[in-house]
Amino acid sequence: MSAMQRYILRRLLQGAILLFVLALVVFALARVTGNPADLLLPEDATREDRADLLRTLGLDRPVHEQLVVFLSGAVRGDLGQSIRYRKPAAEVFFERLPNTLTLVPLALAVAVLISVPLGVLAAVHRGTLIDRCCSAGAVLGIATPSFWLGIVLIYVFSIQLGWLPSARMGGPSHYVLPVVTLAAFLVAGMMRLVRSSMLEVLDSEFVKLARIKGLSQTVVIWKHCLSNALIPVVTLFGVFFALLVTGAIVTETVFAWPGVGRLTYEAVIFRDYPLLQAVILLKGVIVLGVNLVVDVLYAYLDPRVRYA
Amino acid sequence: MGRIETAAGIPAGTHAAAGPDGAAPRGHLARLPWTAFSIIVVLVVVAVFAPLIAPHSATEQSLPDKLRPPAWQAGGSATHLLGTDLLGRDVLSRLVYGARVSLVVALSALVAGGGVGLALGILAGYVGGRLDGLIMRTVDATLTFPTILIALLLTVSLGQGLRTIVIAVTLIIWARFARIVRGEVLAVKTRDFVALARVHGCSHLRIMAVHIVPNVMNTFMVLLTLHIGFVIIVEASLSFLGAGIAPPTPSWGQMVADGRNHIASGWWLSVVPGTAILLVVLAFNLFGDWLRDWLDPRLRQV
Amino acid sequence: MSLLDVRDLHTQLHTRWGLVRAVDGVSFSLIAGETLGLVGESGSGKTMTALSILRLLPPETGRVVRGQVLLDGEDVLVKSEREMRAVRGRRISMILQDPQTSLNPVFTAGDQLVEALRLRPAAPTGQSLRQRAEDALRRVRVSAPEQRMRDYPHQMSGGMKQRVVGAIALAGEPHVLIADEPTTALDATIQLQYLTLLKEIQERTGLAMLFITHDFGIVARMCDRVAVMYAGRIVESGPVRAIFRAPGHPYTEALLASVPRMDASIERLPSIEGQPPALHRLPEGCRFAPRCGYADDRCRREYPPAFPVGPAHDASCWRVEPSRPSR
Repeated sequence: MSAMQRYILRRLLQGAILLFVLALVVFALARVTGNPADLLLPEDATREDRADLLRTLGLDRPVHEQLVVFLSGAVRGDLGQSIRYRKPAAEVFFERLPNTLTLVPLALAVAVLISVPLGVLAAVHRGTLIDRCCSAGAVLGIATPSFWLGIVLIYVFSIQLGWLPSARMGGPSHYVLPVVTLAAFLVAGMMRLVRSSMLEVLDSEFVKLARIKGLSQTVVIWKHCLSNALIPVVTLFGVFFALLVTGAIVTETVFAWPGVGRLTYEAVIFRDYPLLQAVILLKGVIVLGVNLVVDVLYAYLDPRVRYA
Repeated sequence: MGRIETAAGIPAGTHAAAGPDGAAPRGHLARLPWTAFSIIVVLVVVAVFAPLIAPHSATEQSLPDKLRPPAWQAGGSATHLLGTDLLGRDVLSRLVYGARVSLVVALSALVAGGGVGLALGILAGYVGGRLDGLIMRTVDATLTFPTILIALLLTVSLGQGLRTIVIAVTLIIWARFARIVRGEVLAVKTRDFVALARVHGCSHLRIMAVHIVPNVMNTFMVLLTLHIGFVIIVEASLSFLGAGIAPPTPSWGQMVADGRNHIASGWWLSVVPGTAILLVVLAFNLFGDWLRDWLDPRLRQV
Repeated sequence: MSLLDVRDLHTQLHTRWGLVRAVDGVSFSLIAGETLGLVGESGSGKTMTALSILRLLPPETGRVVRGQVLLDGEDVLVKSEREMRAVRGRRISMILQDPQTSLNPVFTAGDQLVEALRLRPAAPTGQSLRQRAEDALRRVRVSAPEQRMRDYPHQMSGGMKQRVVGAIALAGEPHVLIADEPTTALDATIQLQYLTLLKEIQERTGLAMLFITHDFGIVARMCDRVAVMYAGRIVESGPVRAIFRAPGHPYTEALLASVPRMDASIERLPSIEGQPPALHRLPEGCRFAPRCGYADDRCRREYPPAFPVGPAHDASCWRVEPSRPSR
């Protein structure tokens, strides 16, 4: 499978370049308003602390040398010291990461499980009540700010009805509202995509041939049409994943969920630049990594992509 | 239901209804979404005439009055129709001034981001080759990256304020514009009048300015309206995360954030501004959809 | 005994221009081993006829409003959808025009063929099923079938794809095959090969074929009888030889005249002036009258019935009306 290997290599290279660019951006933004030391140190930093930082980061050296220092540190895992936590920023990140890893895939799964069947039904029964409801729901969903949705859900289900807890991690009941809020972010967009994609596929000639063979409408729709209709969804996976990561920041903040999303928020609120830097770079690695894996899987499933 | 034409071939002898190349089918003006349109008008009026409409100051604190519920609840009064917040500030007034913020920020950010996207899209489409490849790869990278992270980083390093938000939103939306505009440019580029212009010795820059830009304007305008809602949500989200316009200037996202910790004692603090955001974005989206269906239906997949 | 007997078929479509009478009273029959050509311009109703027979009209907009379609004596128009599924593929099948779009791009040729074979009663499974699929490919003259089974549609040429489509269509061993312009999208060089293949299969299996085309050259090669369609109705039908030698309907005449001939040198290819009528606004009289060189008032007022022009040869034209026998 040499074409496959070449494809993987190409994607890895692209990923590495993107990471490098990201690091450059992060590096540049720290220095754009003058002395990065102001950003990177707590307010009560002593003169010695400043001198230390100057040395370790090479702040008295020319810019390109600073970049080398920064990059070599990053590759080794040293992404600076969090001001607020007074620990290596990378360490703080990895402490919180598992909490997000339980939330995000769950929300993705829920979103897919809801939007795909609904999208298919809306397309197949185009123009009927179910289609109009789904489309109206999608329009509403796209206009709803997810932070507002989370708060309203908390108000209704936690405060008024007392059915579900309102914040923080815990047992299964703690997952319900955050997962719903995060998934809702995706469902509207995904469902519209599945629906329009299905509508196009339903028109295809091979659908006719499938029925000529004597296949039932159910098999034709769910096997032949859906497999084609999902292609745009998979192609846009990267975009959806980025939306998910973005949404996680807001959702974790609303629900005080101790994951890397909320960590991002804290870093912003407390102006903890080193932490924010680390979060961005590490999230960048994760996003690029996930996209790479998905692209490779996709190339494996759809041979046309390998030769592109 | 329109499928029949492709299955059978258009019934011989009949002609398709007047296409969108300039001639808009006449039914469209009548199908304007009136509710959405009125909400937009109300928003603009409120934003422009905020000082005349707001019953109180948006920033004046009045601690004895704190956490009054809206007028229709027990304990509410007509002086504060939508209640007061933790510092006794009138929610309705803050909502009104916040409208101004939302609109100003959204429009500036939209124009900046859209403008950058337009320029890069035209460059990519017209020049083609390596530049096109480079720009498009950057577009892909931008679309698959949670650019809000960069926006947050910008806030911490550059500080809060209009300038920062505009740059941040530009980063987030330029790629969407660039991609679609590029597609349009590719289509226009191959038309005969462009070739004729070259034959007459027009410089590339002149061709881009005089021939290409006017022909992609339609699409660009529709894209702008389609993205207003999105930009408002982005701005609100940034404000919610503490990266928006600095307090005490009221911003709807910031108001929702402030109310988050007092849901039990003051639900209206978050719900009211959030509902405003929802209604405004919904109105702009519906209006944008209508405009798109009228001027450039091919964008339906966006 | 006819395998397929279409009687007075009327199919209507609801389009945004109004009610369209796509098939407006079509009758014909097919016997085993025979090929009937259905000829006409695009939009004349040929494909709609085929789809009506297979009950594959677009559900919201198309409907058969009158007529019978007898397959082995049974009227398929009154069958339930479930019963139709047993009929499709197994008693009657169809090849579509464009091989590019007939096959599902995400499944291999083998998968799609196996899927068709699996629907037959007493179908084997696993390895022997795949073996059957390879045999089916061999029967349509696909070389190295084991390889081809694993290919995706985009990896195959047009001719190859169309053969796979043929194999799929014949997988259920139907008695009747409808071929809707199967070679129009193929290269000229491949066209002949494909037609020969179809003919060969027909001779081997006794298949009855309804061959839809707009090309009289193909008709000459493939068909025993021809029916000419115009604006939803059959305007002439008869044995191929007879129609070529002495067409009864002016439209048939014009169609034949526009076929380029190798043996005569002509200066300009005659073409038929004008356009077919809009199917939602059909005239009262003969529908070809506006374009017909022989048309008179009566043609424009009254639609001519089918008059016999020769043995088993009819044409719907006032010109060929036999003079009234005196009592």
